Parts: sequence; C-alpha cells; structure tokens
Amino acid sequence: MSSLSLRQKSTPLMFLLPSLVIMAFILLVPIIMGLRLSFFEWLMRDISKEPTFVGLRNYIELFKSDNFRTSVLVTIRFVLSVVVIEIVAGLILALLLESGLKGMRFFRTLFVLPIMVAPVVVGVMWRFMYNPSYGKINYLLTQLGFERVGWLSNPDIALTSVIIADVWQWTPFVFLLALAALQGIPKDLSDAAVVDGANYMQKLLRIKLPYIASILGVTAILRLIDAFRSLVVIFNLTYGGPGVSTEVMSLHLYKSAFVSQRLGLASAIAVLLLLLIVILSLGLIVSNLKNKEN
Amino acid sequence: MMPLLTMKKRQKLAMVLRYVFIIVFAAFALFPIYEMVATSLKNEVDAFSIPPKWVFLPTFKNYQEVLFEGKFFTYFYNSIFVALTATVLSVTAGALGAYSLARFKFKGKKLVVLGTLLMRMVPPVILVVPIFLLYNQLGVTNARMSLALVYVALNLPFNIWVLRTFIMEVPKELEESAQMDGCSHMMTFRRIILPLIAPGLSVASIFTFRISWNEFILSLVLTNRNTRTLPVAVSLYLTDTGTEWGKITAIATIIAIPAFIFTFTAAKSLIMGLTAGAVKG
Repeated sequence: MSSLSLRQKSTPLMFLLPSLVIMAFILLVPIIMGLRLSFFEWLMRDISKEPTFVGLRNYIELFKSDNFRTSVLVTIRFVLSVVVIEIVAGLILALLLESGLKGMRFFRTLFVLPIMVAPVVVGVMWRFMYNPSYGKINYLLTQLGFERVGWLSNPDIALTSVIIADVWQWTPFVFLLALAALQGIPKDLSDAAVVDGANYMQKLLRIKLPYIASILGVTAILRLIDAFRSLVVIFNLTYGGPGVSTEVMSLHLYKSAFVSQRLGLASAIAVLLLLLIVILSLGLIVSNLKNKEN
Repeated sequence: MMPLLTMKKRQKLAMVLRYVFIIVFAAFALFPIYEMVATSLKNEVDAFSIPPKWVFLPTFKNYQEVLFEGKFFTYFYNSIFVALTATVLSVTAGALGAYSLARFKFKGKKLVVLGTLLMRMVPPVILVVPIFLLYNQLGVTNARMSLALVYVALNLPFNIWVLRTFIMEVPKELEESAQMDGCSHMMTFRRIILPLIAPGLSVASIFTFRISWNEFILSLVLTNRNTRTLPVAVSLYLTDTGTEWGKITAIATIIAIPAFIFTFTAAKSLIMGLTAGAVKG
C-alpha cells in the first residue's frame, strides 16, 4: 500500500524529470552563473585565471558609459518603432483580408513566409537590397526620380533600414494574430450591428476593435519582448554600425564579451536585459490570465 | 456635379482597392526573397547589371561552387545533425513533461508552470557568455552534441506549453478506462496520448527544427571550423568576402529551403504554433 502511493507520488516527477534536468542545466544554472559573474571582473584572455570580485563596479561603469546609454536609446527607438508600425500595418492587413475575399487562404500562407526565414538570411537579403551601387532599392528610387540613399552607410538612416527589415519580417505575425482574433468575433454580434444600421467605421470602432483589443495587447507585448531580444538581423546587416548608430543592447552585450573581452561587464548587461524582459513577460502572463477569465 | 456612386458600385470599388493594397503588401513581402533566389541563379554580370536584368538565363554555377568548394557538406551535416537531434530530444522530453503538468497534481506545479513560461522569454544572447564558460570548464565546447543540447533546452518551454494544451483536450475517460484495464501511466501515455496529440507533436517538431536550424549566435560562439552550422558559415562568408553575392545568396537560399517547405506544406501547423498563446491563452 505504502509503496504504491509512493509510486503514485513519484510518477509526475518521473515524467517531468528529463525536462527539469535539461532546463536547470542549460537555462537556470547559466542565468545564475551570469548573475554572479556580473559582480566580477574577468577578461576573456585571462580565462584560466580566477575572476576578481568588484562588487557593483560593472553596473556603475555601465550607467556612466556613453556607449551603453547609446545602446539603450537605440534599443528603445528600435523597439517602439517596430512595435507601433507592425501593429498598425498588421491590423490593416488583417482587416483587408478578413472576409469575403477570394484567395484569402493563399495570401495568408504567403505572409507566413517572411516569419519562417532565418534571421541570418534576412540580414543577407536586406544587405543586398540596400547595397549602394547594385541594390534594387536605390535603383527603384532613382527610377522614381529620388536621390540615392546611403541605407547602411549613413548613421542617421541605418536604424531606419534595420527597422524596415524587422517590419518586413514581423508584420505578418501581427497580421496572423489579428486575423485569428477577428475571425473569433461571434457572428451574431456583427449581424446585430448591421441590423442596427451601423456603417463600416462604426462597426470597426464599436465592435471589432474592442473585441480584439486584449489579443492585440498580448500581441504587442509578444512583439515588444521579441524586439528587445533581436540581435541576429542587426548583427549581419550593420554589425551595429556605422559607428554605434544601430548597436542595440544585445549586440553591445555580445561585443563587450567577445570583442572587448570583458565577461563581467557583459554579464551585467545581460542581467539588465533579462530584468527588462522578465518585467515584460510578467505583464504578458498577467494579461493572458485576464483574457482567460473573460 | 459628381454623381453619387450606387451602393453596388461602391462595394465593387472597395473590393478593388482591397486587392490593390493586398497585392502591394504581398509584393513587399515576397520581393526580398525573390531577389535572393534570383541572384543565386544569375551569373556575375547579370547579378550586378544596372538596369537590373529581370529576364536572365538561370545558371547553377553558384550552387556548384558553393557545394563543391570548401566545407559546405561538413556545415550542412552539422546543421542537420544539430537540428534533428534537438527536435527528437526536445519534443520527447517536452511531451513527457507536458503530460505530467496536464494530468497530475503535485506540490510546486504552479512554480514549474510559471518558471517554464518565463524561461520561454530568455534571450539566447544572455546565455552566450555563461554557457560558453560552463562548456569550457566541462571541456565540451565545439561539439555538435553540446550545441544540440542548448537547442533542446531553448525549445523545451514552448514544447511543454503547446503539448500541454493539446493533452488537456484529450478526454480523461479514455485514460481512465485504459488504466482500469491495467495500463501503467507510461503505457497510457504511449498508446493513448501520443497518437491523439499527433498534430501538436508536428507543431512542436516544426518549431524546434526551425529554431535550431536557423539559430546563429550560440552556434557562432560554441562551435569551431569543423562543427559550425550553415547560418554561421554564411555570416562568415559575408564578412570575409563581402562581394561574392552569387555564392552568399546561394547558401542563404539553401538555408531557407526548409522554411519554404514548411510554409507550403504545413501552413496550418505554423499558424497554429504562431498564434498559440496569444489567442487561446
């Protein structure tokens, strides 16, 4: 009897064990190691020596550093721009494709493609498109009578170029979620509005948008988190340049560790980035729970 | 004076406008991909000619050079090995864990669920330094299996989470009657749950494969000349040679092939995976 109940109790753990071990070893332990390391000075080239404890010095250095401050500002500009543009464009696209259009499923499949493409490939693709002498974007501009633009060489424009590439890849994601939300609107709700004589705009503002608002909110947070994490497209498109004009926090972290070789300082950036993402994620979880209740 | 449009005409006009917008969006979505594939099939003169050559004689010269020069097949093998290993292990472990979280009550379950949700958001770049150091201490850097293990972990939270929602939709009565017939939990899991959550398993597999196949930054740091994967190879090509766009776009196109295949054969699973979470909650 007692051995049976023991077995009953250990079953859930047995099933969960492989996942727990892997996640603990590859995710949890490294995060804790990183947290600890952020209080040490340790150079990549002295990796065989012991790290030196420096307390909060890495954090203080970060708050004083111009490069770090720039990377935070660049990140914020990047994140806010892409999230706003993608939500608006994705929503418009979803409203256009929502109903009564032939070939809707075909277009929906088509718009999945950019999301699937590897970030490295996105970087390669856009680097070629932006090429000053044989890129197609400048060719198109000159055909239309505009000046050539230094998409990747002008520090005032490079971030916009990076934003365009992100908008290209992730607007379809917002579109898919908004479309799913719109298709979830109960039919009798919109039918009732038609009977009451509501026009398209009234229907949109009074019924559709309020109905999909919570899903749109979750989508915005998901994009926000992902935009804070984004690194690979920028790595391959500009590598943060020209200068530091497109150096987002995650790229600054990478360069601190593998170019400046300062593992402790890089870990401090990692801790700050993680903190930001945990706060956003908790927001996501809370709003998700609220959705469930409704 | 402008005649007022009749209702019917207005609807027709709206329809036409909608199509125009959508086709513009679609062109924007497809053009960069078209440009990459087209460049990989052009010879050097055609690729760089201004005005661009929209009609050209395709050549596989770039692919021949990429495939048979250098270490393409090593990188290709590494990518396949890492992605497949990660997929098999992560989906297996994920399904087992999901079963536990969907069907049992135990102490600390809420903590595990919340922890898993949070882990899903961890940016890979945060793990780069500590995993590099950890692997260095253990002497397991530059091994394909070590990289695969990182991808197993990175994908586990999503897999557990997606598979859990699928398992919760399986009626409990099915398992209960199997257990009355003397099936153990493991047997019920294998004979009843797994077949019924096949669509969930395919969503989890596609997403794990895609992320592992595409991943760049951890592979860059954790591999060497012999174990690096295709995304790292193409990135190094980009910085080393800079102008050999024919070859670069050829490798990039090869990396994108699974994306094309998944999109056109499993769009439904992809959309399910992408919208899971936000829509269903």
